[in-house]
Amino acid sequence: MKPPPFEYHDPKTVDEALAILGRYGGEARLLAGGQSLMALLNFRLSSPAALVDLNRIPELSYIKEEGGQLRFGAMTRQRQIEFSPLVAKRLPLMIEATRMVGHLPTRTRGTIGGSIAHADPSAEYPALVTALDGEMVLRGASGTRVVKPADFFQGFLTTAIAPGEMLLEVRIPVTPAHSGWAFEEFSRRHGDFAIVEIAAMLTVDNGRCTRAQVAASGVGGTPLKLRPVEEILEREGVGEKAIAEASARAAELVDPTSDLHASADYRRHLTRVLTRRALTRAALQARGNN
Amino acid sequence: MAEPRKVRFKINGAPREGLAEPRKLLVDFIRDDLGLTGTHIGCEHGICGACTILFNGEAARSCLMLAVQADGAELMTVEGLAAPDGTLHPLQQAFWEHHALQCGFCTPGMLMAAWDLLRVNPTPTEDEIRTGLSAVLCRCTGYQGIVEAVKTAAERMRSSG
Amino acid sequence: MAATQKWVGQPLKRAEDPHLLVGQGVFIADQLFPNVHHAAVLRSPHAHARIRSIDVSAALGAPGVVGVVTGQDALKLTRPFAVGVRAPVKYYCMAIDKVRFVGEPVAVVVAADRYLAEDALDLIQVDYEPLPAVVDVERALEADAPILHEEVGSNLACHRHIVYGDPEAAFAAAEVVISERFVFPKYGSTPIETYGIVASFDRTGGVLTIHSNFMGPFILHPLTARALNLPENKLRFVVPPDIGGSFGIKSSIFPYLGLIGLAAMKTGVTVKWIEDRREHLLASSSGTDRIAYRELAARRDGTILGMRSRWYDNVGGYIRSPEPGCSFRPIGNWFGAYRFQNLEADANVVMTNKSLTGPNRGYACGHLYFEIERMVDLLAEKIEMDPAEVRRRNFIQADEFPYRTPSGGLYDSGDYPAAFEKALEVADYAGLRREQEKARAAGRLFGVGLAVAVDPSVSNMGYVTIALDPEIRGRPGYLPKSGALEAATVKVDPLGKVIGLMASTPQGQGHRTIVAQIIADELGITPDEITIVDEMDTFTRVWGISSGTYSSRFGSVGTSAAALAARRLREKLIQLASYLMEVPPESVVWSEGGARHANNGQVVSLKELAGRAHWNLESIPPGMEAGLEATAVFSFPEAKAPDLQDRVNSSNTYGFIAEVMAVEIDPDTAAIKILKYVTVHDAGQIINPAIVEGQIYGGALHGLGGALYEEMAYDEQGQALAGSFMDYLVPTAHEAVKLDIAHVVSPSPFTTLGAKGLGESSSMTVPAVIANAVTDALKPLGVKIRELPITPSRLWHLMETARSKR
Repeated sequence: MKPPPFEYHDPKTVDEALAILGRYGGEARLLAGGQSLMALLNFRLSSPAALVDLNRIPELSYIKEEGGQLRFGAMTRQRQIEFSPLVAKRLPLMIEATRMVGHLPTRTRGTIGGSIAHADPSAEYPALVTALDGEMVLRGASGTRVVKPADFFQGFLTTAIAPGEMLLEVRIPVTPAHSGWAFEEFSRRHGDFAIVEIAAMLTVDNGRCTRAQVAASGVGGTPLKLRPVEEILEREGVGEKAIAEASARAAELVDPTSDLHASADYRRHLTRVLTRRALTRAALQARGNN
Repeated sequence: MAEPRKVRFKINGAPREGLAEPRKLLVDFIRDDLGLTGTHIGCEHGICGACTILFNGEAARSCLMLAVQADGAELMTVEGLAAPDGTLHPLQQAFWEHHALQCGFCTPGMLMAAWDLLRVNPTPTEDEIRTGLSAVLCRCTGYQGIVEAVKTAAERMRSSG
Repeated sequence: MAATQKWVGQPLKRAEDPHLLVGQGVFIADQLFPNVHHAAVLRSPHAHARIRSIDVSAALGAPGVVGVVTGQDALKLTRPFAVGVRAPVKYYCMAIDKVRFVGEPVAVVVAADRYLAEDALDLIQVDYEPLPAVVDVERALEADAPILHEEVGSNLACHRHIVYGDPEAAFAAAEVVISERFVFPKYGSTPIETYGIVASFDRTGGVLTIHSNFMGPFILHPLTARALNLPENKLRFVVPPDIGGSFGIKSSIFPYLGLIGLAAMKTGVTVKWIEDRREHLLASSSGTDRIAYRELAARRDGTILGMRSRWYDNVGGYIRSPEPGCSFRPIGNWFGAYRFQNLEADANVVMTNKSLTGPNRGYACGHLYFEIERMVDLLAEKIEMDPAEVRRRNFIQADEFPYRTPSGGLYDSGDYPAAFEKALEVADYAGLRREQEKARAAGRLFGVGLAVAVDPSVSNMGYVTIALDPEIRGRPGYLPKSGALEAATVKVDPLGKVIGLMASTPQGQGHRTIVAQIIADELGITPDEITIVDEMDTFTRVWGISSGTYSSRFGSVGTSAAALAARRLREKLIQLASYLMEVPPESVVWSEGGARHANNGQVVSLKELAGRAHWNLESIPPGMEAGLEATAVFSFPEAKAPDLQDRVNSSNTYGFIAEVMAVEIDPDTAAIKILKYVTVHDAGQIINPAIVEGQIYGGALHGLGGALYEEMAYDEQGQALAGSFMDYLVPTAHEAVKLDIAHVVSPSPFTTLGAKGLGESSSMTVPAVIANAVTDALKPLGVKIRELPITPSRLWHLMETARSKR
């Protein structure tokens, strides 16, 4: 299983990368961490005319706090996020999610940008960014634009990134005060893509849920923001009854498919189970943080 | 077809160089061009971990990297784990004592993954060891000997400072 | 009798480990050969199709390509592989005019490197005419099913209906009859090292040399020689120093030995092919998937009177030797650990458009014991008896050994009740049942499962001929097959150092360490003074068609050959010494690595004896051959051909396994948590307990993989659904289970050291014990496990269906 031939470029700046991309008119692929793309190349499921290797662009790798968000350069390694004191302080839910992404050796190379641009429907970062209403910053020949998750994730392995465009930065709001969070996933083995996963962040002020942020992954072609679920919690709070109602609603919102690993019905059922578990844990933690 | 590029890096402490076509996988370069056959190929899609090496001190799957990406980096393979005088690394010694290998094919990858695991977490619980080792597949041992070996190595590495 | 008893039984660190630990292992892909070129294989994307044409012209002109092989070359230059059934299936090393499974080889490109070879594959044009495919074993036998082999006319490769005792009477007299339908999945052990072959043809001498990581049995050598139209002494097979696991799978490498051998003969260069993982999952080997219908007749007191079993084994697109071993390998132990005498077996070996099958760890026994042990638990449930008690009432008793089963198996030794009680004791079975009561009262799904197995080792080559009707085997001129052997040589160098030589092709089982322990005890020296060489070369080693490491045989026949060879050498040394000391041999004892005069304590060291035997041939007694080495070829007198009543001792030593497993099922996710797993093994004399424990752990995880995680699944069109490790789920350290292992020792009277084999071990019992435990856990819901793997999704569906009925 060896890769097919391709032209290879390793630009040193974003501008250089974009210029090369533009030259190939959509026939070049960006190589980030390689944990998805290299496997596809080795299987010869992808035969791009060229690879644009982003690993030598230092300006794409950073974690900073700005405007109430954590901003990650697209080439920031998952491993770096996992051990980042800043992320631990301002967005610990992301650390929890990161620990479930593959294995430590895959996180050495895997990047946040690569994971989000690849948009596997069972991946953790897309679920997180959808739940927390993050933003994707894209740049192409026509300039820079900011895209929200609902517009960004368009279908199975399909995103809003246009030919000639690349993902520069991922922005996620920092954890609001008085919040609890949880990431629940069910997979057949540790480190596998989840069958279903739920990302939840609950902000609870004096017993009232002022903000609920919940998304599911593994339940369709794209991650799904469970707004009706959020509304139930924001209306009725985060007690056991409200959580049960919210979890049942979650199962109604998803439209999963069946595959070798799980049936659609089972995925629907797991949505309910994992939503309840995630909300219960998040609510407990929120109460503790109050 | 892309022209071969010059690749220069340090591996197991020694500078090495060669020419690599861009599509050449790092694991093939290490095995075929450098003759370091301790690193093995088990799946070529990043799941079995037999190809695990240290890339700038961190475990990475060399079947999912291109040789040209290693230019300027520092690599370590299983051949670099023991001391120059041949003294086994505590992990190697513990693997031997705990019967942590049978056919030995996954062993280099297992050792490198364990090395990285203990570096980020020198006091792992058994659960954390199993989670960390789930990065490498073994079909022979049922993992028990490997888990015990990593526990022992962790203790010894802690006490020797 | 060994001279000392110091090393056998010790958990010695392995001699194999140091070089493996520092990356100095030499596996087939590591070896360097001159003039090597690389092969890539074009494989069928269709499950069933006619090949209208193949155009390799563009590939031939591609950069670095030195040659291309197609089915026309195979048709012209090779013959189909022999297989032990009458159905005229023609199985060549590659597709000729039809493809019959996704992944079947269609062409081979040989080029300067693997990258270029794969590039050239993309240039080959094959014109296929797709045909309807069939993947289900029962569907494949329906009148209007697609037929894979026109010349056979049906998809039934082999059918035997065999009756032992009087099952009809047993069922007529039964007070309880239960029946069940079982489905056992297709899975394989997927060693981390794939197949690797380097073939080189010397045109001058006409010798084809193939280096590869094959394992036994070495019947694959004559099989391949015939297929390649080579005189057998012009075909040389050599293994590399290290083999990265096999678990039965690498015994089915031989079609590729033919394929790559053909490529070497055609192109004239050395051809290297390292199978990649995609190829391995599509087209190497696996166990069969099986549908089985079982019936059990019993009395209300739990005594089993008889069983009936009709099963359908799916061998894939071609029946490949040694199938139908999938049905018949355990024929001698078809009765398991129980003493019932009446059995009706209807074995159907069926071809469908799936990849091919062969030996896989537990070969046929995982299937067998899944059925038998589930039936025993179903009986227990029906008569409301503790499943432990049902087993107790049916065990073959300790005083009945050697025990002849109605199907001809000769169980050499054992104490099943004792081993079983030990398992129950170690598991605190009574305590587990009390815990279960409490858990059930609290609404928790807690289950306890039991399973036992007679663990057969060292296959008798004759068993496969059961596939032929007795009326064929009874004809004059028919050549029966039988036997099981292994060879070992022990020699002393001119300076008195010992070398042990075997050709057992270990794939991680630690043979060098074990043999050193054995020889050390026999010669009264230390293991690290001995150099053990385990290298297989068909030109230079002593071997037979049954030789090799498979069927858990090394522990039994390998250790016997090694001990026997060492004893023969010791005898010779004593003869030499006694001649030197001028006393009769009876006055000389071998002790502490030297010959000692029994009376006056005079000692002649091994070194001195070597000095005389090698350097001063005059000092050898008249009539004794020069040289200081001994070879032993150990075989079993009870390894006979099947008789005309279809009785055959299919294996030569039989161990025993008793297991207890406690599980809890998450009522929400249907995830299974294994809380306790106890396994008691009786493999006779244990040579190295650390190695034994490693085999048990490894075997158990293979069984667990098949029971819960792994499946070579196909869709209705014959497309493989698990073509990568993303979908074929090999258990990791996280899924692995902790075992409580205990031993019982019933030495075999048939082996030199009393040791039996145990390499397959718990791979045979885990599917049964976990199915029983999960069924037990779900008793409140009435869910019965009849099908594997037990995935969370499938289990949840079973639970939901059961819940909705209440």
